[in-house]
Amino acid sequence: MLRYLLEKEFKQFVRNKFLPKLVLFYPLLMMVLMPWAANLEVKNLRISIVDKEHSAASNALINKISGSSYFSNTLYAQSYLDAMSHIESQKSDIILELPLDFEKNLVNRVDQEIFIAANAVDGVRGSMAGTYLTSIVKEFSQEYMDTGLKAPGIEIISLSKYNPAMDYKLFMVPALIVLLLTIAVGFLPALNIVAEKESGTIEQINVTPVGKYTFIGAKLILYWAVGFVVLTTTLLLSKYFYGIEPLSGYARFYLLSYLFMVVVSGLGLVISNYSATMQQAMFVMFFFALIMILMSGLFTPVASMPVWSQTITAANPLKYFTDVMRMLFIKGSNLGQLVKEITILAGFAIFFNFWAVLSYHKSS
Amino acid sequence: MKQFLVFVRKEFLHISRDVRTILILLLMPIVQIVLFGFALTNEVQDIKVLFISNESNETAALINHRILSSPYFIPVESQASATEAENLMKSSQVSLIVNYSRNFNETMVKEGAGQIELIADGSDPNMASAILSYSSAIIAASIKERMPASLENMGKLSLSTELLYNPQMKSSYNFVPGVMGLILMIICAMMTSISIVREKETGTMEILLVSPIRPMFIILSKSVPYFILSVINLATILLLSVYVLKVPVTGSLFWLVMVSFIFIFVSLTLGLLISSITHTQVAAMLISGLALMMPAMLLSGMIFPISNMPELLQVFTKFVPATWYILAVKKLMIQGLPLSSVVTEIAAMCAMAAVFLALSLKQFKYRLE
Repeated sequence: MLRYLLEKEFKQFVRNKFLPKLVLFYPLLMMVLMPWAANLEVKNLRISIVDKEHSAASNALINKISGSSYFSNTLYAQSYLDAMSHIESQKSDIILELPLDFEKNLVNRVDQEIFIAANAVDGVRGSMAGTYLTSIVKEFSQEYMDTGLKAPGIEIISLSKYNPAMDYKLFMVPALIVLLLTIAVGFLPALNIVAEKESGTIEQINVTPVGKYTFIGAKLILYWAVGFVVLTTTLLLSKYFYGIEPLSGYARFYLLSYLFMVVVSGLGLVISNYSATMQQAMFVMFFFALIMILMSGLFTPVASMPVWSQTITAANPLKYFTDVMRMLFIKGSNLGQLVKEITILAGFAIFFNFWAVLSYHKSS
Repeated sequence: MKQFLVFVRKEFLHISRDVRTILILLLMPIVQIVLFGFALTNEVQDIKVLFISNESNETAALINHRILSSPYFIPVESQASATEAENLMKSSQVSLIVNYSRNFNETMVKEGAGQIELIADGSDPNMASAILSYSSAIIAASIKERMPASLENMGKLSLSTELLYNPQMKSSYNFVPGVMGLILMIICAMMTSISIVREKETGTMEILLVSPIRPMFIILSKSVPYFILSVINLATILLLSVYVLKVPVTGSLFWLVMVSFIFIFVSLTLGLLISSITHTQVAAMLISGLALMMPAMLLSGMIFPISNMPELLQVFTKFVPATWYILAVKKLMIQGLPLSSVVTEIAAMCAMAAVFLALSLKQFKYRLE
């Protein structure tokens, strides 16, 4: 029985004009575009400098700023107002105003104040830009006024473990796989079942001796196979395009991805069981997917959230899988270090699939 | 005209009788605003920090105390060795390790020198660089406190940083314009395209096409209810962001609303275009969901700053309608700039609307297939 149903599902899928293309090209497109776009680093800052003095010191400072890795573009402004117009037309992110007696004050060791204004519409970006610029200027003035006296020589060695080059793509690519799997294995089966409802073919199935497990099972097997294609595409792309591989090895990667697929496909089934039209299913899906994606730590860290919303994220399967993926790719964690996440994901898998089977009725 | 109104009524009934969809349409903006406003920030807080030091030492104690009294760090109580600490980091229980050199005590006393190693969990590079820069700033400041007084007398250079437009650094200032763009886009483009394609798919389009009403009016009457829904959503978003999130409308409210109307119009025409090139609801939904929502989230500058992207992608972003809208809203609403500053954005959106409209009219089939 299952064999014939599987044949039906695969044929239906392959003969669809749109779906096979989607499954092949969407991951490709996303993998090629996304890691470049999804970048929250505070880098490539553009600075407008109001240099009233044009002295050797101010030039040296400007060179130091343009040479730093944070600032990519230096604009010169005649006045503060001029610099503000750069900010208003989005040409610049931050203003540095150097006073008239900058060099003289430095040489004479006179206290002086330097003014910085950062565009803080994006608050974190603005304040980080301010912090970077402050530290560059401070460092410059210390070099300039170097007295030969030494502070207690405490050396601070900073190390960013697991990702020493601070490559943001290494952070985003594993998360992207979560997103693609959710769409391919969560969305598509839900739509598939509702499509049968809407076109009325589910009635025909319901009057056949096909059991509900077999019917749903055939659909799930198809989309788990689709998930395999998506996983492999993304894995190949991340290896050959970005040079990113799961440090923990492929076996753990596929194993845990399959666990997650069981979770999301179950969730998709639950939604499809409660939806009469595709429009409804799609909207409910979008509604939950958006919340789950945004609350998963995919884009913004869970640790930064207030306590109440961290509590909510505890009920979000995507959060655990995002963690798992990042730990597999970046840290090379072993199954022992992932026990908590795996247990919770397995719990979700049982819960959603049990619910899906309970809520599907052959009789209407 | 009367025919048109009757059709508009029909569409309203269509929507209002699907309670679940309409609920989601009206709830989605509220949930998103609350999420974005309160939950989504990339501020650094509650960093789990683990100190590794052999003996306690005055300088080390001061540094530890300073680090823990800042709002960013919370301690992990553990007497771990360096390898145990790394294991804790591997299972994400620790984000920062402060490791004093083995003879820190001794060298501090003898030579006034020592070594401190800061190890941050770099899997999130952004967090790692913030953690490292905060913690080393705190350490540097505590070291300075213990410096001999002779060093204090050099000319002090104080820097004052002003955070323009958003002095309290609320992340909602940045996210609200993005949410407005996303919601309006989804509702207008996706809903219109689906509702038209559904008529095609269920075959009712044929019936409508043989009715005396002009085909253009069929389409127009479909966009009216979604236009009204979008206006309601716009009002909810603005009210919530002003009164709940306390994001003020610093510029002109009138022009903000006008620019939003233009964007709603662009999205509606985009929906029409999608509906004219697709035949099934699934295709229409997936195109509008995946090809519109993802770019609107990723390429519009809603979450990720456009200036971080490579040149080629920056060119790409110019073709995403939401990019222009979000830019215009940021200028009008947050920065409080006059209308003259958003002329480019308005022109770009109008041009897009014209192109989408022309394309979809060209594609629209009056004849039965």
